[in-house]
Amino acid sequence: MAKVLEVKDLCTSFFTKFGEVKAVNHVSFDLEEGDVLAIVGESGSGKSVTSMSVMGLVAKGGKIVNGEINFCGQNLVGLPEKEMEKLRGKEMSMIFQDPMTCLNPVFTIGNQMEEVLKFHHKEMDKQQRHDKMIEMLEKVGMSNPEERLKQYPHELSGGMRQRIMIALSLLCSPKLLIADEPTTALDVTIQAQIMDLMRELSQEINTSIILITHDLGVVASIAKRVIVMYCGQIVENAAIKELYYNPKHPYTWGLLKALPRLDMKENELQPIPGSTPDLLLEMKGCPFFDRCEHAMECCREAQPPYYEVEPNHLVKCWRYHPDFKEEP
Amino acid sequence: MEDKKVLVQVKNLKKYFNMGGGGLFGKKNAAILKAVDDVTFDIYEGETLGLVGESGCGKTTLGRTIMRLYDPTGGEILFEGTDISKMNAKELSPFRKNMHMIFQDPYASLNPRMTVSEIIMESMINDTDLPADKRKERVLELLDLVGLNSDHATRFPHEFSGGQRQRVGIARSLAANPKFIVCDEPISALDVSIQAQVVNLLKELQHKYGLTYLFIAHDLSMVQYISDRVGVMYLGKLVELADSDTLYSRPLHPYTEALMSAIPIPDPDTEENKRRIIVEGEVPSPINPPSGCAFNTRCPKAADRCRKECPKLQEIQPGHFVACHLYEK
Repeated sequence: MAKVLEVKDLCTSFFTKFGEVKAVNHVSFDLEEGDVLAIVGESGSGKSVTSMSVMGLVAKGGKIVNGEINFCGQNLVGLPEKEMEKLRGKEMSMIFQDPMTCLNPVFTIGNQMEEVLKFHHKEMDKQQRHDKMIEMLEKVGMSNPEERLKQYPHELSGGMRQRIMIALSLLCSPKLLIADEPTTALDVTIQAQIMDLMRELSQEINTSIILITHDLGVVASIAKRVIVMYCGQIVENAAIKELYYNPKHPYTWGLLKALPRLDMKENELQPIPGSTPDLLLEMKGCPFFDRCEHAMECCREAQPPYYEVEPNHLVKCWRYHPDFKEEP
Repeated sequence: MEDKKVLVQVKNLKKYFNMGGGGLFGKKNAAILKAVDDVTFDIYEGETLGLVGESGCGKTTLGRTIMRLYDPTGGEILFEGTDISKMNAKELSPFRKNMHMIFQDPYASLNPRMTVSEIIMESMINDTDLPADKRKERVLELLDLVGLNSDHATRFPHEFSGGQRQRVGIARSLAANPKFIVCDEPISALDVSIQAQVVNLLKELQHKYGLTYLFIAHDLSMVQYISDRVGVMYLGKLVELADSDTLYSRPLHPYTEALMSAIPIPDPDTEENKRRIIVEGEVPSPINPPSGCAFNTRCPKAADRCRKECPKLQEIQPGHFVACHLYEK
């Protein structure tokens, strides 16, 4: 399969008055056509900054300092803003966590959808644009699409707004869709509806999805590959079943053990002790060192490399060094 | 069920909000939002009662009304047999120290201008007769209890992470040795690994002090984990109440069924083979709820009767209450 996205050794830093914060630290991954890749991690792990870097939307004060982002063979790092604008919304688009803040409150749904088409499909006339918008709204399961075009975002509920966001982002059938916590602000029954919708549409339009979330349940229901991030680094990268049934990194173990499960009662939750370290401090060793139960002397001293424990299953942990022996 | 002592009894509790409207002088046609509508249940001493439901179902309002942070529109709240629903602030004050609350947002619920020890002491000054020289000691004891140390006492809330702040909130709620704590989404704002820390802390404290919790959350798997019994709310009404294993293994109400099947389980095989009940549509507005059963607009099993008549909460099996016409005898 063709690769839609290839991220190589990406580093994104924010320069604050207290020093450099390495929000994304030497991150590499690939995304194949039609695949769903999930990036999981806690707040501050750099999952959102990774996606913003891909979209070329890194906030002020931040900068991509190293690496390549190859999107369909084109390197996006250093691409002029004009060129990025042509890609954004057309070839790649994004759904955000809070649908209220990403829709413009003073324009109708119709205005906002038409804007996308006017910009990216200049050849369409008014009627074509209208038909396309109606078609898209029907696809995302909105009733009375004609009415909806005239409505303002505040007239819609959270779930409906998120449907509008999906309609907006898929208007131009992009090759890549980044969904940043698309269901975090929604209730579970609505979350199930939205996840179903995303699953169907991505297959129909053959869009590759990067799903950013902290909910390992949502990941299990849709993703094919999972990347686990911690402190700006990828600590584990594996196919979905590998990750859930054969996790290798101590942080992934911790995450899976800290979750209560409906189908398993009476096993004590095992929280990961401590909290994430301050990214301003220089890290010599593994960032998970002081929270890790299995930490060794070398973990403090040096960053582990990636080990391929199974085909296509990468782990950044010293435990998988060929000379490592489990202590009795 | 064995004889357990009822700590809090809620009887036909109602809380309506006036949404305004209805003309300049006309209060008659004003829109009324029935946030909590005729809810009845008991909370036993030493148990954790979980309360789940989607946003806008009235679970937070219910918790706050029981705490008397809101004045109920109707019904009774019995705390150890005494009705506190109509008491004024003065009459209420001896009860205040027995019930406390932990809030959802650990950022907004701590005063940024007070140090941690001031925050915790405030509750001691109001609710206990602890002499001033003993308070300091008690603060340190509480901090130790929730896993913070004595250095933290002089710091301000902004110096803490979310999980630590929630620990401060917990320490504050324990300051006056309450019997009953309402936990209003105490973990929703926290990261997964921190959530487990806070939940385990709450469990441990319950063991130590025999606390009773009303645990409000929308994270159903966490509620199942911590609760002895769970109540499900929909549009201001309690639709099902059962002990947590029964509720999760054999839900009766169609809404509970749908809710359970919508929870994503962190297991790819289970997710692949799961039979999902996707309920259509969204929660109707509580200002103009559907007639009859509130869930009839989304219910896959709705019949004519459901559109006309509102089902009552009935005990179908011992300890399993459900409000649905399907199970009426």
